[in-house]
Amino acid sequence: MSSYRIHGATGEWEVVIGLEVHAQVVSKSKLFSGAATEFGAEPNAQVSLVDAAMPGMLPVPNRECIRQAVRTGMAIDAQINKWSRFDRKNYFYADLPQGYQISQLFHPLVGEGRIEICLDEKDPEGSTKTIGIERIHVEQDAGKLMHDQHPTMSYVDLNRSGVALMEIVSRPDMRSPAEAGAYLRKLRTILRYVGSCDGNMEEGSMRADVNVSVRRPGEPFGTRTETKNVNSVRFVMQTIEHEANRQVDLVESGGKVVQETRLFDPDSGTTRSMRSKEDAHDYRYFPDPDLLPLVLDDAFLAECRASLPELPDAKRHRYETALGLSPYNANVLTAEADTARWFEALLTATAARQDKMEAEVARQAANWLISELFGALNKLGKDLETSPVSPEQGGELLALIGDGTISGSIAKQVLEKMLETGDGAAAIVEREGLKQTSDTGAIEAAVAKVLADNADKVEQYKGGKEALFGFFVGQTMKAMQGKANPQLVNELLKKALG
Amino acid sequence: MSDLTELGVAAIRDGVAKGDFTAVEVAEAFNANVAAAQPALNAFIVATPEKAVEAARMVDADRAAGKALGKMAGVPIGMKDLFATRGVQTTAASHILEGFTPEYESTVSQKLWDAGAGMLGKLNLDQFAMGSSNETSHFGNVVSPWRRNDGGNAPLAPGGSSGGSSAAVSARLCPAATGTDTGGSIRQPAAFTGIAGIKPTYGRCSRWGIVAFASSLDQAGSMARDVRDCAIMLEAMAGFDPKDSTSLDLPVPAWEAGLSADLKGRKVGIPREYRLDGMDGEVAASWEAGIAWLKDAGAEVVDISLPHTKYALPTYYIIAPAEASSNLARYDGVRYGLRDLPEGAGLQDMYAATRAAGFGAEVKRRILIGTYVLSAGFYDAYYTQAQKVRTLISRDFKDAFASVDVILAPTAPSAAFALGEKSADPLEMYLNDVFSVPASLAGLPAMSVPAGLNSQGLPLGLQLIGRPFDEQGVLDAGLAIEQRAGFAAKPEQWW
Repeated sequence: MSSYRIHGATGEWEVVIGLEVHAQVVSKSKLFSGAATEFGAEPNAQVSLVDAAMPGMLPVPNRECIRQAVRTGMAIDAQINKWSRFDRKNYFYADLPQGYQISQLFHPLVGEGRIEICLDEKDPEGSTKTIGIERIHVEQDAGKLMHDQHPTMSYVDLNRSGVALMEIVSRPDMRSPAEAGAYLRKLRTILRYVGSCDGNMEEGSMRADVNVSVRRPGEPFGTRTETKNVNSVRFVMQTIEHEANRQVDLVESGGKVVQETRLFDPDSGTTRSMRSKEDAHDYRYFPDPDLLPLVLDDAFLAECRASLPELPDAKRHRYETALGLSPYNANVLTAEADTARWFEALLTATAARQDKMEAEVARQAANWLISELFGALNKLGKDLETSPVSPEQGGELLALIGDGTISGSIAKQVLEKMLETGDGAAAIVEREGLKQTSDTGAIEAAVAKVLADNADKVEQYKGGKEALFGFFVGQTMKAMQGKANPQLVNELLKKALG
Repeated sequence: MSDLTELGVAAIRDGVAKGDFTAVEVAEAFNANVAAAQPALNAFIVATPEKAVEAARMVDADRAAGKALGKMAGVPIGMKDLFATRGVQTTAASHILEGFTPEYESTVSQKLWDAGAGMLGKLNLDQFAMGSSNETSHFGNVVSPWRRNDGGNAPLAPGGSSGGSSAAVSARLCPAATGTDTGGSIRQPAAFTGIAGIKPTYGRCSRWGIVAFASSLDQAGSMARDVRDCAIMLEAMAGFDPKDSTSLDLPVPAWEAGLSADLKGRKVGIPREYRLDGMDGEVAASWEAGIAWLKDAGAEVVDISLPHTKYALPTYYIIAPAEASSNLARYDGVRYGLRDLPEGAGLQDMYAATRAAGFGAEVKRRILIGTYVLSAGFYDAYYTQAQKVRTLISRDFKDAFASVDVILAPTAPSAAFALGEKSADPLEMYLNDVFSVPASLAGLPAMSVPAGLNSQGLPLGLQLIGRPFDEQGVLDAGLAIEQRAGFAAKPEQWW
């Protein structure tokens, strides 16, 4: 469905993309040891005897890590394998204490699944595409080498050694950088909803290996390259763009794409070769004899399923159908689990304050959140997480609009004061005297003065320039310092203008 | 008591409990024997006389205070140097771990200390438990206390890999010792030195803290001078350990209390495939004697077939090296143990130099074999095929145990050979494991008991193999043989 094409010298090329995403599992301890997993600890402060691969140490699977991977699999509608097994991937490196990584090659925990992405957020239902997931397996992370601590030696930090990762392997179903970006964002959204990975790419808790090949539209797949460890959505898109163009140039100039591992350089936005297939490791995978096969029972699976929250697609659909939100608003509010949580708290508070059904106030709440609060927070360099205004306080403000105490424009001023002071909306309205007036006499007086001061415009209005009505409303509101009931202003103006 | 070092586990435990002698007296008597045998037997890599005395003092104090005493209270033992011991060098008889002193204690050794045992020292072994003669140790080979009666005084192999354990127990340097058995490393040395040794069902003893050789085969067990002593010590060693995923979550039976040499109603299987062409006549004769003794104990003896027996040895020598090649990858010079960092060397150079210097020839050979059989293009032909055969070998036993309760076979194809006799030809050395490897591949409990001496005056062992979890059946049949064999020979002290 994607019309993304590389325009080469000899014609058009289609890009084929598959992503292997490594997502760090949210758990208190590591995949096979009791050591802590917190980010940012002193080097080697979170290393058990198992993580350091001391002689005679044995791995014991961490139930919570398995549970998180199973929940993730369920969230992408995947087959959960009740029998899976750990394998050893053997290679030597100083950040790999055991000399092998415990992973799952032959029998992964999670099988075939799918993720639906949308390519136009204005039209989330109309522009969807399903990306196949081949598998999710769990494996150990490696440690980290530090080359800048000593003039001639490298240091090793094993804090990350043994931390649980999910490797989420997609099918080669993406056809443009935009699709890959949408896939990554959607995957991150799902992981955050499920709570199985925090999705913080800058902290390295989510990174992608990017497989790219090019072909003439309709022809068989070309030879792919794999660019390792790309750590932001933007970089993944850049990698694809660069790699696709590089491959097209190469093929068109008579060369051949070689299957190889490449590295992305964020400074130049380009990729370079790391090692070719000929130099590829022989990992000598074999079942880990220290571990029994992983067998999941029905009670465990039932608990995993019951613990899943409402997922983003279902939530978006419900926002549209049950709450009557626009597809755009529903999409914006469900794109992040935190946003949806905030919105739902706001909705509850707003409805309760006004003694209404949530569906009755949902549009008001959604519009206010998206067009007022987001903008105001943005100006302050804040987000919902750091917002000085709580959902409860938002509900209080919306209730004041709902019952006519203040107008929408006064509400903007009140919000600003709330953000500044952290005070409640009602207290601010009271203190600043911002209550909306429905004093007909006062408004009539203001209307009369505005019409008298602008006799020329009244003439023009009467001569057919009806657009001037808005001008009179504005002037009247200004004269009333914004506190006049806008409906009343409309009515009285209409009456006065005949 | 004239000589406390003639006593076994049960006699020491009971004597200490009754107050016939103190645990400290026992520890000191054995400490003296350990010291006197070094360096002639070279059974210990490190002696820890102070540890033995310290543990004994606590037992004596507990007894004086009227506290309950453990299963092994007052019994000093030798600890194979494959078990991590806190604060005491743990080497696996390798150069690469020379000087390595762990901050942790293996589950099995901790259980023994908790039961009141004390440590006389760390026993020599084949390097990383790879060998059948103890000649692969970095710390020099153990010399068997036994000598042929031909007056030649050729130094003999104590068996392997638990050769320090077997030599020390038979030479009265300790009443009992731990062993580990991957393909026969408890049973064959026990047979070579005229002692008893049991490898329990895979998973009975935790592997946590034991330097790994081949994870799916490694199993700790006890070595002592008789069946009862083996049972007592194994009870203290066994038990579920949540730190070992392959540990059996089963209660430990009271094997000592359950011992019975009355085999009425039991069936003993004699596997026809173990009758090899050109079998040592004296080994065959001792097997026949064993059959007669078990019949005498009331058992019915029947012929059985274990058709895949001939594939066991090649299967073992694919699976064990494959696992070892991966298990030994952690010895890389980065975090502990030997580091050989030539001037200007990078990481790869350091790996190469460290491993070249740190691993012995047999260990290197097995790492190479293991790496080869796991490599792309050969994996299916070797490793996958070996796993299939392993399943067939297990099935052979399962089928056999449908009709018999225990299997009787020789432990090893010959009595102890001379040091240097087989070390030039690894294949000939590997053939020593031919009778012990099948039970290892199937994870079954198996033990060796002394059956008598051959014409050269050297011990021969008989092997009993049982159903999974049926250590009791193995011990009972072993006891029946022990009582009838009347094995009382001991090596003449020449050291």
